[in-house]
Amino acid sequence: MTDATTTLEQDDARAQPSVKAADIAANPPQRALRLHRELDEVWSDLPGWRGFFTSVNHGTIGLRFMATAFVFFAIGGVLAMLIRAQLATRNGVFLDNDLYSQIFTMHGSIMMFLFAIPLLEGLALWLLPKILGARDMAFPRLSALGYFCYLFGGTVIVLSLLFGAAPDGGWFMYVPLTDKTYSPGVNADVWLLGVTFVEISAMAAAVEITVTILRCRAANMPLTRMPLMGWYLLGTSVMMLVGFPPLILGSILLEVQRAFDWPFFDVGRGGSPMLWQHLFWLFGHPEVYIIFLPAAGALSTIIPVLSRTKILGYGALVAAVIGLVFLSFGLWVHHMFTVGIPHMALAFFSAASALVAVPTAVQIFAWIGTMWEGRVQFRLPMLYIMGFFATFVMGGLTGVMLAMVPFNWQAHDTHFVVAHLHYVLIGGFVFPMLAAVAYWMPLICGRWRVRGLGEAAFWLIFIGFHGTFFIMHLTGLVGMPRRVGVYPDNPEWEWLNLISSIFGMIQSAGFALFAFDVIMQWMFGRRSWRNPWQAPTLEWAMPLPAPSYNFASLPGPRQPDAGSILPLARGEGLLPGAPRGWRETVVVEPGTGRPQHVAVLASNTALPVATSAAIGSFFAMMLAGFYWVAPLGILATLIVAWKWGAIMGTDRDHPPADVAPGIRLPLHWQVRNTLAYTGAVALLVADATLFASLLFGVGFLAVVAPNWPAPESGIATWPMLAVSLGALAAMALGTVASRLAEQRRADPSLRVWTRLGLISTGAGLVLLGVIGVWLDDPTRHARDALRGATLGFAVVHGVIALMLALRADLDARTGRISAERRGAVPVWQLFQLFWLGTSAVSLALILVQEVL
Amino acid sequence: MLAVPLLTACNGPLSTLNPSGPVALEIARLWWAMLIGAGLITAMVMVMLILAIRRGPMLTEGNTSERRWIYGWGLGFSLSVLTVLLAFALWVGERMLARDDGAVTVQAQASQWTWRFVQPGPGGQPVMTEGVLYVPAGQPFDVAITSTDVIHSFWVPQLGGKMDAIPGHPNLHRLMADEPGVYEGQCAEFCGRGHPFMRFEVVAYDPAGPLPDFASITGPMVEPAFPEDVSGFEGTGQTEIPAQESSE
Repeated sequence: MTDATTTLEQDDARAQPSVKAADIAANPPQRALRLHRELDEVWSDLPGWRGFFTSVNHGTIGLRFMATAFVFFAIGGVLAMLIRAQLATRNGVFLDNDLYSQIFTMHGSIMMFLFAIPLLEGLALWLLPKILGARDMAFPRLSALGYFCYLFGGTVIVLSLLFGAAPDGGWFMYVPLTDKTYSPGVNADVWLLGVTFVEISAMAAAVEITVTILRCRAANMPLTRMPLMGWYLLGTSVMMLVGFPPLILGSILLEVQRAFDWPFFDVGRGGSPMLWQHLFWLFGHPEVYIIFLPAAGALSTIIPVLSRTKILGYGALVAAVIGLVFLSFGLWVHHMFTVGIPHMALAFFSAASALVAVPTAVQIFAWIGTMWEGRVQFRLPMLYIMGFFATFVMGGLTGVMLAMVPFNWQAHDTHFVVAHLHYVLIGGFVFPMLAAVAYWMPLICGRWRVRGLGEAAFWLIFIGFHGTFFIMHLTGLVGMPRRVGVYPDNPEWEWLNLISSIFGMIQSAGFALFAFDVIMQWMFGRRSWRNPWQAPTLEWAMPLPAPSYNFASLPGPRQPDAGSILPLARGEGLLPGAPRGWRETVVVEPGTGRPQHVAVLASNTALPVATSAAIGSFFAMMLAGFYWVAPLGILATLIVAWKWGAIMGTDRDHPPADVAPGIRLPLHWQVRNTLAYTGAVALLVADATLFASLLFGVGFLAVVAPNWPAPESGIATWPMLAVSLGALAAMALGTVASRLAEQRRADPSLRVWTRLGLISTGAGLVLLGVIGVWLDDPTRHARDALRGATLGFAVVHGVIALMLALRADLDARTGRISAERRGAVPVWQLFQLFWLGTSAVSLALILVQEVL
Repeated sequence: MLAVPLLTACNGPLSTLNPSGPVALEIARLWWAMLIGAGLITAMVMVMLILAIRRGPMLTEGNTSERRWIYGWGLGFSLSVLTVLLAFALWVGERMLARDDGAVTVQAQASQWTWRFVQPGPGGQPVMTEGVLYVPAGQPFDVAITSTDVIHSFWVPQLGGKMDAIPGHPNLHRLMADEPGVYEGQCAEFCGRGHPFMRFEVVAYDPAGPLPDFASITGPMVEPAFPEDVSGFEGTGQTEIPAQESSE
């Protein structure tokens, strides 16, 4: 470790900061074939069906995500066709109203949660390590866990259609329509539990994408010079970290209301249906940009390549991405212009909604300017990009119209909005994604496409799309609301709908042809030559199709782009081959990209599928209404989760790895700032957002909901204060113990500190339990329900802290912690501190409510 | 060929493009203005795109072109268009709000899947009706909107925008019909199985002429949305409508 540090420091001293990244000498060339065999042995999936359950490789998982997303896209598309068939005539008898409600709800939910988000996750998982110059994502097992949660959850949601139990409250699930009184069946539970289960994959992907971009780049590739796709996906993943928690919280609260009658949204008992709308759209609007950003990243990658020039305004585009990330959290209320919020408040959100068009306009004009500067090659991806421009510009402009409050009052909840959102989502996401598929297919399957099919598919989709949705703006303006399956009294809407339906069928034929084209390319395309588009980015610096390990040696400053394919294959880059027989990749410092250590990544394992099955068993029991058995699912999850930690540590010190001449780096067991540590920080950002959303709920209901103040509480203030302070003291002691455990890790007293941490964490949990017993009946009033929820948040984090304390204690006792090795202790510290901080806020809140 | 069905649709009973009150008229004007602007911008971007594709590479000096495309078009153009539009829309919106100017207040109470209304009837006495709302033409009126169960939305496209009916959160919505007539309304927020059939009518009568026959219903009276406004409700009824009626 020491000589690696000194080498790096010398490197640093020689480097001219801000002039050129430090050089790293090349490794001696080796035989490429030998390196390939050595790496493929280590990195490839198990053969046959076992490979399906045990693969953790980002290439496999990413492609699987994308393929599954397209299957759900096809299912959602079939539902769309059923909708169009029903609406083609005004007295459609094809579907009854109940079934129609299920079908439009499922169409929206599938397209959002089972197609768009997973497709972008799949693209990110598959592409990021390749384009950034790494061998895999930061947390390969987490990718696989996310995939199985998505697959299981999505399958249950779709299967519910076959049993007539599909969600039927609209994809934004407004309460009270979706509460137990007005939706007594299991339909709403399928949505709340199924989508939350699937969102585990979104959170996993968000953490993983963030950490991978920050820490798994090519050596000495500064953040400020990484490929634009990296910036776009970093924006996406940060938005996911902050955007999804409000939805997850809302879904949990609504499910708890449905299952246990805690009145978060019940007006009669101090709740408010508006709280759901705020939480939903706090997620729902950023969601649109979460979907748009990766697609825009693909455009920023493909347009300059196919225009044979550089992108115009790299810095401006990065600024636009950052601007979008911030602005998109300030405009959720534009979905709620008709709920009766004061006009001046609406004006603020209206301005923010219009302002978000500015970074979008910057990007559009930067792309046009890039094409203006270069020479555009009209290949198939460019055709889809033209489809993007023609569609998305109009969708953006109708978006600005809808941001104008008076017009929104008329157009809201009509087919005008339906047309607008399809222009934005198909224009801004589907067309760029089809371009991306056409562009990266040679790298995926190593083959070139079959001539002609792709163009035919494009024209069918393009003509079908505009035929369907252009006229739908008018359908809305002449008064047709969303979500009506029949309109017997309005013959004037019939011809408009009939035209939409006919072109909708043409559009579907186009998508079917697209799928056929991809399959044909995969099976029968001729072999593609290397780097067929002559692109500069690193994902093309590898043979086609991409090998399981991506790079035989990892790119550094001497292998900056796709032209370095041969030196990389010969092992001249960093960390050539797999000399230890492990899956290894270089981890860098986030800002400069300076190599810091070598991460040993997980190999093929069935742990992810077992974990998602355990989590799934909890959701399944909740769905079936077996509430008192459901904790068994949590127990099973904890047992499997324990095993994740078991294979992370090691019981002996390893020598540093030879990375390049003069650079030896420690393995990740022997450093503090590991990928797992960065991942824990990212996860806690999301967690803190969840907590903030909960506090928002407390404040919102207290101020806005009717039927407050709450009834007199039965809590005795002084004993409550005493126990609260006791619980916080126990948590604080645990935090101190976790810090001392790290400081004294080489010392025999280590075991004292881990044991003390374990005991005080347990004591903190017990005292929280005492408080729980004292709290008022949570079904009585929303205030009491919220107190139960905040306490539940503290208990959940106490259990996590306890698990980590147990891990540290066991590691200390089995010699897995030493002067060099810190085990799980740094992550344990983070969770202890988070638990202490959030619990202090929660308990203070309860006491302040009592005193006031 | 297409003109006839197009006109029929635009002049339909639920069309926002067939305004019959000042609010709807202002919004329709805003729409036509925005449509023209959007059409011009779309055409402009498409022309730029076609030119960008068709011309050969003529590398202009890097900084100039970044200034032109990103600062000129991306920031300058979009910001100026948006500022003008926002200011205009804010001004339009402000003029549509319910104000405390003694206008008639009527109650609209939504339930799955019907609308009940309370409006001043003969002698200013509140009358409860189902599915039909009676208001004087040519005068602004405020609708106090509530719901007894799930969220609905009150929408009469020819008169103006929509306003949600939310349990526990009463809303006030200002509208006006220019001429006597029957205007169709519908629930605009998905509210369950009966949503497509949750229609109603607004009958605007000539305040100078005889009152129409109120198809009143009996039953428990709709709760006032804003209890403190109950006196104001009777006051407006007393001072305006019956005064004109008693003069006949």
